[in-house]
Amino acid sequence: MDIIVVGLNHRTAPIEIREKLSISDAQLREALIRLKSCHGIDEGLILSTCNRVEVCAVVQQVQTGFQRIKEFFEDHHSGLSPEAWNDCLYLFSGDEAIRHIFRVASSLDSMVVGEPQILGQLKEAFDTALHQKATGVILNKVFRKAISVAKRVRSETRIAENAVSISFAAVELAKKIFGRLEGKEVLLVGTGEMAELAVRHLGDNGVEKIMITTRNFDNAIDLAKRFNGIPLRLEEFPRYLAEADILICSTGASHYVITEEHIDKAIQRRKNRPIFLIDISVPRNIDPRVNRIDNVFLYDIDDLQLIVDANVEGRQKEALKAEGIISDELTVIDRWLRSLEVVPTLTALRNKAEEIRRLEVNKFLSKMGELSPEQRETLEGLAASIINKLLHSPLVALKDEARSKNGALYIEAARRLFNLDKDLPRHPLRRSSDREDDVDSGEEPDSKA
Amino acid sequence: MNLLFFKITLVSYFLGTLAFLAYLLAGKKESLSRFSLIITGIGFLFHTITLLTHTYAAGYVSLTRLFDAMAFFAWALVLVFLLVEYRFRIHVLGSFVLPLALISMLSGAVLPTEMHSPDTTMHRAWVYMHTALALLGAVAFAIAFLVGVMYLIQERLLKSKQLNNLYYKLPPLDLLDELNQKAVILGFGLLTMGIIIGAWGAGYVSEWIWDPREIFSLAIWLFYLVVLHGRITVGWRAKKAAYLAIIGFIGVIFSFVGVDLVWKGQHSFL
Repeated sequence: MDIIVVGLNHRTAPIEIREKLSISDAQLREALIRLKSCHGIDEGLILSTCNRVEVCAVVQQVQTGFQRIKEFFEDHHSGLSPEAWNDCLYLFSGDEAIRHIFRVASSLDSMVVGEPQILGQLKEAFDTALHQKATGVILNKVFRKAISVAKRVRSETRIAENAVSISFAAVELAKKIFGRLEGKEVLLVGTGEMAELAVRHLGDNGVEKIMITTRNFDNAIDLAKRFNGIPLRLEEFPRYLAEADILICSTGASHYVITEEHIDKAIQRRKNRPIFLIDISVPRNIDPRVNRIDNVFLYDIDDLQLIVDANVEGRQKEALKAEGIISDELTVIDRWLRSLEVVPTLTALRNKAEEIRRLEVNKFLSKMGELSPEQRETLEGLAASIINKLLHSPLVALKDEARSKNGALYIEAARRLFNLDKDLPRHPLRRSSDREDDVDSGEEPDSKA
Repeated sequence: MNLLFFKITLVSYFLGTLAFLAYLLAGKKESLSRFSLIITGIGFLFHTITLLTHTYAAGYVSLTRLFDAMAFFAWALVLVFLLVEYRFRIHVLGSFVLPLALISMLSGAVLPTEMHSPDTTMHRAWVYMHTALALLGAVAFAIAFLVGVMYLIQERLLKSKQLNNLYYKLPPLDLLDELNQKAVILGFGLLTMGIIIGAWGAGYVSEWIWDPREIFSLAIWLFYLVVLHGRITVGWRAKKAAYLAIIGFIGVIFSFVGVDLVWKGQHSFL
């Protein structure tokens, strides 16, 4: 019984292959059923996002498991020859598989380290697998743990702090200048994907009034509709400069659209209220000398890119801390997994019974005073016989079922029913229950399944 | 006993200053920020006890000696910081407040003070009110000064695009400007009340006497009046307001300490 992961991601496979092998939400249920029906696969889960396709499984034998999942991929995409993607696959088993799952959940394996979406996607994949009853005791445990590890990484490191995209970097700067963005006004001069993204993020962060001007007035009207903004004609926008707290410039013009004189006037009319200028056009559209004016903060695309680079570097440093956390948690789940092996469980059960027998017999003997050796022997025999008869069928059943698909379930149940883990000082089930509870209550609708 | 408490206060403020400066310069260290806050809290507690026992032992509120005035100033400054920290969570403000509080405590002890026999005319309620209000006004102006300094640092960092640790720790410019304005308004109000009470109380004792501290206080009052007026009418906000708060506080320091060193008048601290 082993955990394995077979998959490919943005580092190992180009988009052409990722999109071919990806499994859409609509196909997911059917794919899970097919995966579960593969011989030798006890539990399964499929995670498919635009950056990765991964199959996690609990298998009876690692090499056969790898083979089965490769076949599963082949079935899924018979159109594509296996040679095309075989080299892109990574195979993990045992500890390495669990470490990989933890790293994916904690966004250490993401294209943008620390990005928050992957945890949501992983939770969804887990939910679907749970609904399809594709996962069992082991994967449920591992994925619940992965989610709690991801949360721990998020709260104990700064991996998700500081923007790593140009548009978010602009929003963060705006917040450092204005504090709260509620009630602030934005003027967008020109169009462009990055500029529109920045406007959208500013809107999400509370900016209320958005003014838009483009060379072609129709475009301005279109954009204004999308952002619930106000379209302005290009020739009239300088009059509105003083109103704008944040100005984003992104035109194709080859000259300075906004000059020192424009801003000088605007700042006077604003009575020195600060203004934040973002120039994401190349060549630049805002005269860099503008930055010399007091209370004006001008950032061009290179400045923003430098911030993003520094933040990415910062996240990588934090990622090292996160790896440490993952190693810690790995030992916890390892201990739990080892407890699921059958032999130690049988031994623990026998030891426990033996312990009870010994204690109870001694207690009885001390109450009864002197007994003859025969009487004593009979008493010991009686106690031993009760224990042995009572334990016989659970022991046999456990031995048999351990090899079956539900082996882990039986062992886990036995350990809980007979309270065999009381000697483990930090049993994973109890130790992490607090942390998992908030996952269960909030985002996992199906703890019944 | 009192001296011991005073020493504990001094040591706490000294350690608090070190911790807060380390916090200012180091990376994000949660433990450091907690330690600096705890040690400051301990210092404040002992400072409060010192002031209370001192008042109890003397039988009157002692504010008229320079040493006591400076200690009271430091106490109120730390109190305001703790309140601001509670309300706005501007932890980094401590890195500016604590050194000033420490300097104020130490300078009170170091600056020359001649011993006078207590002048009974100085132990009237209005004198305490007058002095306390003026000192509290000075605390507000000190806060305006400190957030002004923080504003200028943050402004410089944003202008030069150096987004280092300090940049992340300092609060947004708008918040600093808002705190500056609030502190100046508060300080102006307290100073106004202090002057009114002083003038009213002094009416029974003496006339306007062209005492250097009187002249300076009036000049400071006028200065802040112009600052507040300028903010509303011609936009003395943001960077300009930060500079004005710094200039104003330099005047305040001079009127408290400098005047005594140069002239000696009715208003001198004893």
